[in-house]
Order: sequence, then C-alpha cells, then structure tokens
Amino acid sequence: MNEPKFVYVTYIATTPEKLWQALTDGTFTERYWFGTRIASDWTLGARVTFTRGDRVSDYGVVLACEPPRRLSYTWRVEFHEEFRHERPSRVTFEIEPMPGRAGGTTPEVKLTVTHDDFDVDSKVFRAISGGWPLVLASLKSFLETGGGLQSASVDALEQAKERALAAARGKAA
Amino acid sequence: MTDPSFAREKFIPKTVYVTYIATTAEKAWEALTSTVFTSRYFNRDVDIEPKVGGAFGMRMPDGRYDIRGRVIEWDPPRRLSMTWAVDFEEFRELPECLVTYEIEPMGPSVRLTMTEAHQWEVPDAILAGGRQGWPFILSSLKSVLETGKPISISPAMGPPKEMIDAVRRAIAEKPWRR
Repeated sequence: MNEPKFVYVTYIATTPEKLWQALTDGTFTERYWFGTRIASDWTLGARVTFTRGDRVSDYGVVLACEPPRRLSYTWRVEFHEEFRHERPSRVTFEIEPMPGRAGGTTPEVKLTVTHDDFDVDSKVFRAISGGWPLVLASLKSFLETGGGLQSASVDALEQAKERALAAARGKAA
Repeated sequence: MTDPSFAREKFIPKTVYVTYIATTAEKAWEALTSTVFTSRYFNRDVDIEPKVGGAFGMRMPDGRYDIRGRVIEWDPPRRLSMTWAVDFEEFRELPECLVTYEIEPMGPSVRLTMTEAHQWEVPDAILAGGRQGWPFILSSLKSVLETGKPISISPAMGPPKEMIDAVRRAIAEKPWRR
C-alpha cells in the first residue's frame, strides 16, 4: 500500500507575494480559514501555531521558508482527541507565477499544496483530504473577491472533515 | 434520470477534484452546461442534449470537436454524468471514460465534485492529463462564477509528453481487451 499523500492544485488571480502573505499572516488566515489564526516567526525550525478562539488547534515546525515560492511545515493535530496520538505530518505550499493573459494586467499563480508523511492508516490524512479543498477554495475567494466563502464556517470545515472520515471508515469496514 | 442500460459499475473513479463556489446550484449547473460559460473557462463551446442518452460534445474555437460522448445521467441542478472520449489524433483509440459532476448546496455556496472514472487499468501517465487539466478548468470556473473573470489559458498547457508516450504504448498493447 502506498503512503498516503494529498495533492491539491488551484490557480488564483493574485501575486505570489499576496498569496504568501495570505498563507503566513494570522490576520489574513483568520478571514478565510474559518477563524483560524496562524502564527510563527517563519524561520527554519520555528514553531507554527494554529489558534481558533483562544485554543491551539494544531501546531508544527517550519521546515522550509523561501518567500514567495515555497513554504513547508510539520503538522500535528491538537484539537481532536481522535488524532492527537498521531505523529506529525508535513504540508508544503509551492507557488508558481503563471504567464497570464497576453497584454493582461491581472497576475495569476499556480498553488500546489502537498500534505504527506503520514502513517499508512492515518485518520488525520482522511480529515485533511476533506478539509483542504474547502480551505483552499475559501483562500482563492478571499484573494480574488476580498472575502472568504460565506458558508466557510467552522461547522462547514468540521462537516467536510467528518464526511471524509466517515467515507474512510466505510471503506475500512 | 439515469440510463439504466449503462454499466456504470465498470467505471472506477481515478481522479476526483472538489471545490467550493459562492454561487447557487442553478448557476453552477448553467456553468457546466451552457456555452456562454464553457467558452470562458474551458475554451470550448459545450453542446449537450438535455436528456439521458443525449449527445454531448466540446467544440474548440476552430469549430472542431475534440471531446464527444453521451449523457448518462441528467438531474438538474444536482448531477450530470456523461461518457467522455477524446476525439483527437491517437487519443481516439482509447476507451471512453465517465465524467460526473455533483453539485451540493452548502448554505450560500455549493460544493462541486468532479469524478473521472475509467473502465480499464489506466496508467498514471495517462491520468496525468486530467490531473493537470481539471484543477485549471475548475479553478477558472470558480473565478468566472465569483468574479466574472476566468484564469487565462497558458500556451504551455498541452498534454505532457509522458502522457502522449503512454497513450501510444496503450494503443499498441490495448490492455482493455484483456
């Protein structure tokens, strides 16, 4: 069996710099990531925390930080009892500028998110597979329209994760 | 509203792409089935007979069709399924696949799920074509619905060379006949 690996690609009408800021600045993540604030000083080995309300939901360590092209950190889930025992996984963001329309003024980027380094039977893997498409769709809306998805409540994110988990449980049964 | 004679169980999902769009199910349905939209985000005019068994095709700007199929499931504004054959050079000899769009309302947004399913053991090198194309097409569809502007098409986005080599190998060996 292959090691679980989640890859998601999206194209966003923005600059690499704005996308970088949206990924690394907590006042931005809060607006599209269902109220989640990210915080780190973004140096190699520095701690990354994800806070929702006044609760740390997840945390990690910076593995790569090459603005505005490549960001990678480990990911350890703190929020859910069910996931807490799993070892940290790894998420990597790669940002590539696109050529854009001939003569056009709107810059565009390709964003590739890879989340890997899971154990084979990881439940976190199932949860993030449901969660990332919603977070990244909301990120794209935020950068293109100025607002994250309106339905992008914490409930919607939890439902997406639950759905992915339920599907995984069904498959295992 | 599904073609009962179609052997859907033979088609195994190989590529799934999920996105969320701030729009209504009706608008998302229109974006998938109306030329006004597909010409903007897919660079092709869609021709689709709105019924199970109806003909489906995608017409390039030069007027030639490069994708053809038939409607297997027509259930507006929730589910659309069609066979999908690439009508372009050697790709013509590959077995058709099945593309399904599912639209689920989620408050003021919708979840759009695209599933590409195949009836033979397709090598990853051939699946790479769809895995490259769908994220672009569906990102652009989302932009068109939310901002009115598509993502521009890059000239460098033709099929990967490894894919063409894999298609040629598959046509020579015809593994789907086994």
